[in-house]
Parts: sequence; C-alpha cells; structure tokens
Amino acid sequence: MKKFGLLSTAAAVLTVAAGAAQAETLRLLTWGSYAPEEVVRLFEEKYPDIDVEVTYSNNEEMIAKLRATRGAGFDLAQPSHDRIFAVQEEYGIYKPLDLSKIDTASMQESLLEGVKANTTIDGEVYAVPHQWGTSGLMADITKAPDLNSWDDLCDPQYAGQTSMRLRRTILLGMAFAAGKDPFAAYNDLDEYQKLMDEVTETLIACKANLKAYWNGGDDLSNLMLSGEAVASETWDSTAYKLYAENPNIVFIPPETGALAWIDTFAIPAKGEADDAAYKWINFVLQPEIVTMMSASTGAIASVKGAIDLLPEDKKAAVQAAFDEDDLNNLKFFANIPAGIEEIEGKALDRIKAASE
Amino acid sequence: MARSDAGKLSLILLMTPFLMWIVLLIILPQIGIGYLSFQEKVGPRQYVFGVGNYVEFLSEPIYWNTLLRTAWMSILVTILALMIGFPVAYYIAKIARKRSRAALFLLCLIPLWVSDLVRAFGWIVLLRETGVISGALQSVGLIGGPVELLYNDITVVIGLVYTVVLFMIVPLVSTLEGMDNSLLEAGYNLGGTRFTVFRMIVVPYAMPGIVAGCIIVFMLTAGSYLTPILLGGKNSMWFTEQIYTQFITRYNWESGSTFGVLLLLFTSAVVWLGLRLTGQNLASTVAKE
Repeated sequence: MKKFGLLSTAAAVLTVAAGAAQAETLRLLTWGSYAPEEVVRLFEEKYPDIDVEVTYSNNEEMIAKLRATRGAGFDLAQPSHDRIFAVQEEYGIYKPLDLSKIDTASMQESLLEGVKANTTIDGEVYAVPHQWGTSGLMADITKAPDLNSWDDLCDPQYAGQTSMRLRRTILLGMAFAAGKDPFAAYNDLDEYQKLMDEVTETLIACKANLKAYWNGGDDLSNLMLSGEAVASETWDSTAYKLYAENPNIVFIPPETGALAWIDTFAIPAKGEADDAAYKWINFVLQPEIVTMMSASTGAIASVKGAIDLLPEDKKAAVQAAFDEDDLNNLKFFANIPAGIEEIEGKALDRIKAASE
Repeated sequence: MARSDAGKLSLILLMTPFLMWIVLLIILPQIGIGYLSFQEKVGPRQYVFGVGNYVEFLSEPIYWNTLLRTAWMSILVTILALMIGFPVAYYIAKIARKRSRAALFLLCLIPLWVSDLVRAFGWIVLLRETGVISGALQSVGLIGGPVELLYNDITVVIGLVYTVVLFMIVPLVSTLEGMDNSLLEAGYNLGGTRFTVFRMIVVPYAMPGIVAGCIIVFMLTAGSYLTPILLGGKNSMWFTEQIYTQFITRYNWESGSTFGVLLLLFTSAVVWLGLRLTGQNLASTVAKE
C-alpha cells in the first residue's frame, strides 16, 4: 500500500520546465504567401533575437481563431480593412496601434487615410494598410474575348464554362452589374435585403451556366489552365499567376469597377510581442522587401510608387489588366455593418441549395 | 485486503488517461457546444438564454433539407458499402486460404495509409473533364468529346464509399471468421440452396458485424467534410459544411453549435432506429468481444 502511495505521488509531481525565453517569438497570422521564406530569413538575420512563426489563414478563420482566444495566441494579424470595425466592436480582439512606431510616411496617403477612416474606434486606430488588390474577372481572351461585366459569367454563350466563388464578392459584383450600389444600401438593412433577393434570383438563374463553384486559388487555377473554364470571377493575384503560365489568361476589371480590398496590419488584443510586430511592419514596407513580397503574393504594396516596385512579370500582368480609368474606377469594400453578413449568408445558402 | 486496494489503484491509474481524454476532449466540449446552442444573440456582446437557434433551424427549410439530404446520402453510402464490403469480407474470412488472408487484409488497409485529402484529389485527377478516365475513354473512341464525371452527387457517393468501405470490412471479417464451416455444411445437407443458406445461416450469424459496420460507416459518412466538399458540385450540400459556414464565415457560433448538437442527436436517432429494426443492441454489436 505504502509503495503505491509513493508511486502515485511521484506520478503526480510533474515538473514543467519553463522554456527559457532568450529569443522573442513573433507569431504572425496572415494569408498564404504573405510571409515568404526569403523575407522571414532576412528579417531574422536583421533581428537575430526574434523568431518568426507563421500561421496561414484567411479573413474568416483569422477572426474565428482570435475570437476563440479573445485575441491571444498571435502577435500580428492581417485581416482585410472591411473586416475590422464590426469585429472589433463585437469581440474586442485587437489593440490600438501606436502610429508613431510605424513608418507611415512611406505609405501611400489615400490608402493609409482610407484604412484609418475604416478602422478608427473611439479615436484609436486599429489597423494600417499592407497590400491591396482587387477581385474581378479573368478570361481566356482567345475563347471569351468580350467578357467585361460580372453578369457576363451568366452569358449562355459560355454555358458550362464559367466559374465563381460562392461568397460575398460575387453578390456585390452582381449588384453592381445590375446598376445598383450595394455599399450605399449597407445602412438600410431592408433595402439591402431587397437588393440581395434580386441578386439571389439572378445567381440562381445563372447556376446552370456555371461549370462549378471554386473554393480556393488551386481549384480555380486548375479549371482555367486545363481549359475546362474559359472565364471566372477571381482574385487579381491568381489571374496574374496564371498570366505568367498562359498569357492568354488575363485579369479583366469589370466595367462597373473591380472590387478592391486592402489587407492590413492589426495587433491582437493579447499579443505579447508588440515591438517585434512593429519591427515586422516597418521591415516589410522597405522597397526591396516590397518587391519580394509582391512577387510572392501578387498583390500591390500600399507604399508610395508600389506599382514600380512590382517584379517585372507582375508589372506586365497589371499593365495588361488595368489602365488609368480602371484604377480610378476601383470600388473599395466598405465597412460591413452588423446584420449585413447575416443577409448575405442566407442569400448564399439559398443559391447553393437551389436546384438548377 | 492490500491486494484489492492495489488492484483498485492500478485500475484508477489505468483509467485516468482514458477518463481525461473522454472528459476533457469529448464531454466538456460537448457541454460547451450544448450551452452555446441555447444562447440567443440580442445585440453586440449581449446574449440571452433561449431556444431561438433551434426555432431558426426548423423554420428554415434549407437547413433541415440539408440535414435530411446528408442523412439520406449517408444511408445510401452505408448500404453500398455493405453490398461491396460483404463479398470482400466473406472471401477474406471463408474462401481465401489462411496464408493469403493477411495479405488480402493488408491490401484493404493500404489506402488508409494515405490521407483523406490526397485520396479525394486522386479522384479529382481521375474524374475531371480533362482527367484520366475522360481522356482514356476518348482515346479508345468510346466517347466523342470530353465528359465531366466530377462535381455531382454520384461522385460524392463513390468517393465516400471508397473512403469508408474498410470500416465495413473489418468488423465483418472478424464476425465471419468465427463462423464454423460445419454450420454451412449442415445447411446444405438439410437441402438448403445457396440462397437459403446465406439468408438463414450466414446473415443471421454475421448480423452483429453488419450492424457494427453500418453504425461506424454511417457515423463516419454523416460527419465527413472533405470528400463531399471537394468532389461535390454546384448543388451538393453537406451538413458539416453548414456547420463550418456558421462558425467561420458567419461568425455565428451559436447557430453553428445548434447545428452540431442537432447532427449528433439526429445521427444517434438513426443509429438507434437501425438497432431497433435489426433487433440488435450496442452491447451485442460494437462492444462485442
């Protein structure tokens, strides 16, 4: 008996070795390709006392992860600019930024001001811009030369050869294509519901015309490169990557304007390495790093003269896609007020569930 | 006296990891999910206790249709897996020679060494319009143009059957192995045809294995996520996808939890019904020696 008593005591005593914390760790929660190995290596070389740990994610999962821990577990996150305000009000997962620690002078002013306006709560700024890009259309111009509007994806001449992602972007795009401004309707939920009902009808009717809904950049690339689809809704970065493989596949800003997003830097509420986070932000805003970053992401940095900092192939792809008018016609995603995503979610469910 | 104390202690020590696993990783999260499912959101950071999420589920046909669809397709997968798995299991247990049994069993196991994701991509490569099967059919001249075999419900069913059939074979083999061959001989001697012997002797004997296999396969299928998402087309809805959407893209944990609870209750009810209909119980099937 005594023997076993001793044994259980021994088993119960667990010595937890506290990890000696000489090196600080920067836990980065970001998009796939937003932390290229080369950039991480250079950063760790410059700051040998900081280890970078990267977790790849997307807007929704970033928010879900931070919400689950009330903002702990990561030191720097990169949500899109329209996903911060409501989320911060609702869940309080970020902490205010100290702008004096960020090299805001190198940022393009309109983007910086835009993000600040979108993410200021009680006078505190919660995010600064990192990179921006657009959602629009992509087509193989040898097979679909005239495609220039969101609703061309539903054109019967491309029956069975188009694709889209069944998410909010296509709802907004279709609303614009119908001559409406969904962002203007954001503040009136009833009106927005009506608009979404209309869009839902259009997209259900369109369903038979589609090859499949794509879920991620890989599916989409396969559909386009194999020629199974000739046109699709897309992120511009995916289109640029395909352009490098097949110059007939180009990004097409819809005539109503490509939808533009800005991925930002935001610091989670319980982040433990703020200084390292600020160092990372300033580090990746340096011109030579911007070029490396854009080569990996296909997105354009929000620093001054960013288009000139793009690597050559991306610059060619951007120039093939955008002219000055297109750039002036960009529609930046507006802050999503409470209730909007509920309406959109229901609309998406109805579209998915509808039979052709 | 000391002996029984020691026995008790070692039992407790042996049970501790198991209990911790069950309590910390299964029971506590389930309670959390159950609790969350009764939270109704009334405003930012404000929740009240209520059954609103369940009412919401019932009042929205899309949701319960998806649940019924998932259940119906899972039952179909279970039946197909049984039809495919039974002959295989019978062959391994009764017909194959002792020496080749292990090899055959291993052959069934090999696909399981590859992750679900890779297997689903394997099907995609085979079945897509520009894929292997479509290409092969064209090159032998059976079809004129490319044919799309991916993105429909049949593909989802095929993919799921492929993923789960092993879980049908294993319990069947172990039950059938225990069957004495003289039972079959006696059946034939008494003038039974192959079919009568199969119906009156083999099936009743294998019933615990059949039911156990069906329960495992049904639960695995109804709870699967990857295969239906990757192989399914424009119209394919799977209930687990709804749960993911509620949790992740809608930020609606309350309703996601409700769906989770409902899926658990619903599949449990189907299993209970299956046990009642076949006159089996859990002790005689899954927990059989």
